[in-house]
Amino acid sequence: MKADPRGVLSGVHFLDGDQACAEGALAAGCRFAAGYPITPSTEIVERFAQRVPLLGGMFLQMEDELAASIAIQGAVWAGAKAFTVTSGPGFSLMMEHIGYAAMTETPCVIVDVQRGGPSTGLPTLPAQADMQQARWGSHGDYELIALAPNSPQECFDLTIEAFNLAERYRTPVLLMMDEIVGHMTERVEIPPAEQIELVPRRYTTKPPAEYQPFAPEADLVPAMVRAGQGYRFHITGLTHDERGYPTTSVAAHDRLVRRLVAKIRNHAAQLTRVEEHFLEDAEVIVLAYGITSRVALRAVQMARARGIAAGLLRPILIWPFLEARLRQLARRPGLSGILVAEINLGQIVREVERCVGAQVPVQLAGHAGGSVHHPQELFEAIVQMAHAVEIER
Amino acid sequence: MSEVEIQIGGLGGQGVILAGMVIGRGLVLYDGYHVSLTQSFGPEARGSACSAQLVVSREPVLYPYVTNPHILVTLSQEAYRRFVPSLRPGGTLIVEADLVQAVPLPDAVALYRVPATRLAEALGRRLVMNMVLVGFFTAVIGLPHPDSVRRAIRDSVPTGTEALNLAAFEQGYNFGLKQLAGKSEADILH
Repeated sequence: MKADPRGVLSGVHFLDGDQACAEGALAAGCRFAAGYPITPSTEIVERFAQRVPLLGGMFLQMEDELAASIAIQGAVWAGAKAFTVTSGPGFSLMMEHIGYAAMTETPCVIVDVQRGGPSTGLPTLPAQADMQQARWGSHGDYELIALAPNSPQECFDLTIEAFNLAERYRTPVLLMMDEIVGHMTERVEIPPAEQIELVPRRYTTKPPAEYQPFAPEADLVPAMVRAGQGYRFHITGLTHDERGYPTTSVAAHDRLVRRLVAKIRNHAAQLTRVEEHFLEDAEVIVLAYGITSRVALRAVQMARARGIAAGLLRPILIWPFLEARLRQLARRPGLSGILVAEINLGQIVREVERCVGAQVPVQLAGHAGGSVHHPQELFEAIVQMAHAVEIER
Repeated sequence: MSEVEIQIGGLGGQGVILAGMVIGRGLVLYDGYHVSLTQSFGPEARGSACSAQLVVSREPVLYPYVTNPHILVTLSQEAYRRFVPSLRPGGTLIVEADLVQAVPLPDAVALYRVPATRLAEALGRRLVMNMVLVGFFTAVIGLPHPDSVRRAIRDSVPTGTEALNLAAFEQGYNFGLKQLAGKSEADILH
């Protein structure tokens, strides 16, 4: 399915990441957003609210983030594509409804433009410290998908990707931006509508009498219906059977939760999105994502210029984590260590440690937030890791 | 990896960010450069210190922050005081002639002074001082191409104000060309 050209601002622009994200949502066919303003995410819905009425859509400013994150789910069940945007404190408030979207398999997009925390922290300055919250913030067992753009261009591209993945897997998808990619202005190329491929919502082809809203298809994802089309259906955050009705059956709960997890985990290979530089002969691999991946690439180039075999592994899709690729790289002879650079005091590094175990030393280059690492700082960490190994030899 | 760092500093309400936006848009959309523009400002809508920072390169920009600008533009004494120490040796300094006293002046910098506010007032609107400045910048720095800036201004300013903003650009641009030709400020203004 191609994008509706009315929503696509084709051409070359000079936009910040927030504006590019709004354009990505419009290009993806999103016609409903609900939100509560919070720096540094507000510009996304500011632009969306200006543009979407001309396309027959709507923006609602809600009383808080709880309301915003559930309003979008109502819109989805009425047939719209919908998203909400927020930052740290608002993201915390949205956690319950992220779980609700996972449980009810409501395809929607939640954008978190990360700023320094905890609490209200640093409203106008960056961090990448919501990364584990994105994965585990809501209670119970579930899987979801999270993406991390590193430029305004990717804020556009990955917002479309987020909507597509949400529809493909019927899951909430999180776009984990940060204050810098949100507020930095760069070249953004928006392609013609006919070059933008959209995943349509999976509506059932069954007649109302045979339709079961939570009976999965072969890939474990069930088909949806739209309110008002003659289908009777029931949606609840309670454990439910295939008909959607609440149940306290242990067997039904096991079946449901295992399926919610498996529909993502079983597709982990298809869900890997990665950017790699100089990994062929790398002795030190720097793993970084979002804005930090750009600074890390500069540090890797500096190391290469001084004869140190450094490389960059950048997960673009963070959750589910790129386990298989990382394990494969960790087994390679000649690798002396993995340096994880992130604007937090140790979040994704835990995931890396879990994946590679004792095979290879893993080290954190953390930053408490408010800025990005300076390339020199990461360069020195690379040098140290390379030297530590030489001394051992 | 050769990059040019540009910083424009002033007070909120002076149009500092828009000036950076016009220069960046001209460079990116019409001159084919890669630019990362970042901005910093205080919580107030007007009156607090603010700055626009551009990293310009033929290659994609990896580190988006300006640390030691090659070109520094200051529109307030406060911005001058704050940002001048980070100006790169051999760099270029542009100041608003009436609002900024260029002291202390670092060694080995090229200093240009433009009475942007007065030139804007001559057009009847002090508000377009930022476009006068952009014109002056374009003339003395040689980037972006003046036609690219003219297009970027049309893209960037509110509808109905294009002619005024373009006139302000031409004022600053011509002033800059004359200064480059070696004329003093007094000569140009008379």
